[in-house]
Amino acid sequence: MKKTVQNLQVISNRRLNKDHALLELKSDVILEGIVPGQFANILVDKTKNVFLRRPFSIYQVDYKCNTIFILVKNIGEGTKCLSNCRPGEILSVIFPLGRGFSMPEKKSKVLLVGGGVGIAPLLLLANILHDDHHLVEILIGARSTDDLVELNEYARFGTVHTTTEDGTHGTKGFVTNHALFGHDLITFDRIFTCGPESMMKAVARLARLNHVACEVSLENTMACGYGVCLCCVTETTKGHRCVCTDGPVFDIKQLKWQN
Amino acid sequence: MAELNIDIAGLKLKNPVMTASGTFGYGAEFDDFYDISTLGGFVVKGTTLHPRQGNAYPRMAETPSGMLNAVGLQNGGVKYFADHIYPGLLKYNTHILVNVSGSTVEEYIACAELINELEHISGIELNISCPNVKEGGMAFGTSCPAAVAVVNAVRKVYDKHLMVKLSPNVTDIAEIARAVEASGADSISLINTILAMAIHAESRKPVLSTITGGLSGPAIKPIALRMVWQVYHAVKVPVVGMGGIMNATDAIEFFLAGSSAIQIGTANFIDPLVAKQIISGIDDYLERHKFNSIKDLIGCLQL
Repeated sequence: MKKTVQNLQVISNRRLNKDHALLELKSDVILEGIVPGQFANILVDKTKNVFLRRPFSIYQVDYKCNTIFILVKNIGEGTKCLSNCRPGEILSVIFPLGRGFSMPEKKSKVLLVGGGVGIAPLLLLANILHDDHHLVEILIGARSTDDLVELNEYARFGTVHTTTEDGTHGTKGFVTNHALFGHDLITFDRIFTCGPESMMKAVARLARLNHVACEVSLENTMACGYGVCLCCVTETTKGHRCVCTDGPVFDIKQLKWQN
Repeated sequence: MAELNIDIAGLKLKNPVMTASGTFGYGAEFDDFYDISTLGGFVVKGTTLHPRQGNAYPRMAETPSGMLNAVGLQNGGVKYFADHIYPGLLKYNTHILVNVSGSTVEEYIACAELINELEHISGIELNISCPNVKEGGMAFGTSCPAAVAVVNAVRKVYDKHLMVKLSPNVTDIAEIARAVEASGADSISLINTILAMAIHAESRKPVLSTITGGLSGPAIKPIALRMVWQVYHAVKVPVVGMGGIMNATDAIEFFLAGSSAIQIGTANFIDPLVAKQIISGIDDYLERHKFNSIKDLIGCLQL
């Protein structure tokens, strides 16, 4: 689908817990072929303190209802405004932006690793991988059980495993402490991950050691989202590349993450 | 519909709305959004003789009513531009200017010579005002002798429209503008970004990798208007105003201050359709105030 700037109507805003909300936004233009990992850049015009748009992963798409879903974690003034918006409100949204995850060609066993709100692009990915008959395992890491949201949604498309730093849900520790990162890691054909950079780097290191292909979804601060401000660059083997247009999804082989 | 066309020292624009260098890529990034040939013109990304990787991340900080950037003229170099970007620009039916920057006068000359060969490029916007590179750039735009040297040198090798983009980081903008005019500039564009910084209190670190960067957005509009007004009264060549223009009303203010045309910069990051909307907004204003032409508005500040 071509990138567009549209006024989308808020259909629903469901509060998932104290700081997560799920927005459903309706488009007048027929949605087609949104790739998991692509994102939307949303204007927050209710406060003068937010100047630039805020980028969010496209969490889910309902092609029948022509809606997209956005998972919002309240971390600042912009996200607070969005998580408080009401049904009927109109949001200016530029989407779909960026390059998403690549789909395996043959039937594969894949591991999806999400940390914190970094789980957002992995639901649509899990959905499509599941529909394409790949074997999907999903590992979700969080600080505490209170930070885990929508586990049942993910469970529709694969086996869900969890880790929490305080041990209140699943394995205690970081995602890389989970048994999935043990001997059997080599049985996976590919890992897809999104979350804090330190987590993705740890996942990428283990993927590389075990010769498992790995794609990561990066999040850098950006002004535009469509490759003109050149602010969101990351270092790649080909020099600085924009996270918004060359990514946000990169194969770890493209990144200078060797350590 | 009012007359929107304007002649900027021989550069015949269909309307006075251009987009600013570094905020519009090479145009193609906007193809999905609208037909950019409807613009009066656009200025492509800052181009240097040699390829530049630009500065390290982080390069951007959001600030009250604006943002800082420290991109540092990331570009593939003028040869790459001529071979790989230029062919893609031929499809656009509007004026395209290349923003040229350099570290030495010789680099500016070599870059301008190559661009002089590109038929579909209407002019150069000579960038003597980039705050984000260590040597050159702004150094040429903050002293009269240096500005004179580089504008004179480029004028000798470049036949087409030469627009010179001034830095606001000076004590006397009118003095630099007069020097640049005397050295052969066909027009003057201003303002580039204002040298500024942002600090993250919790970590006690600067937000940008380069510590300082260039401030743009509505925060700088009053400064830009003041400088456009001063330059308009100091020189005879046309002035192209920019600095925080977000909508048609902002644009009108720049015409009143003395701009013959305007450039939209940071607003392109927030609304990719903004330039198109500003064109129609200017037309509405002219109709509403019964002006036949945009020319009737330039410098018409009621005192």
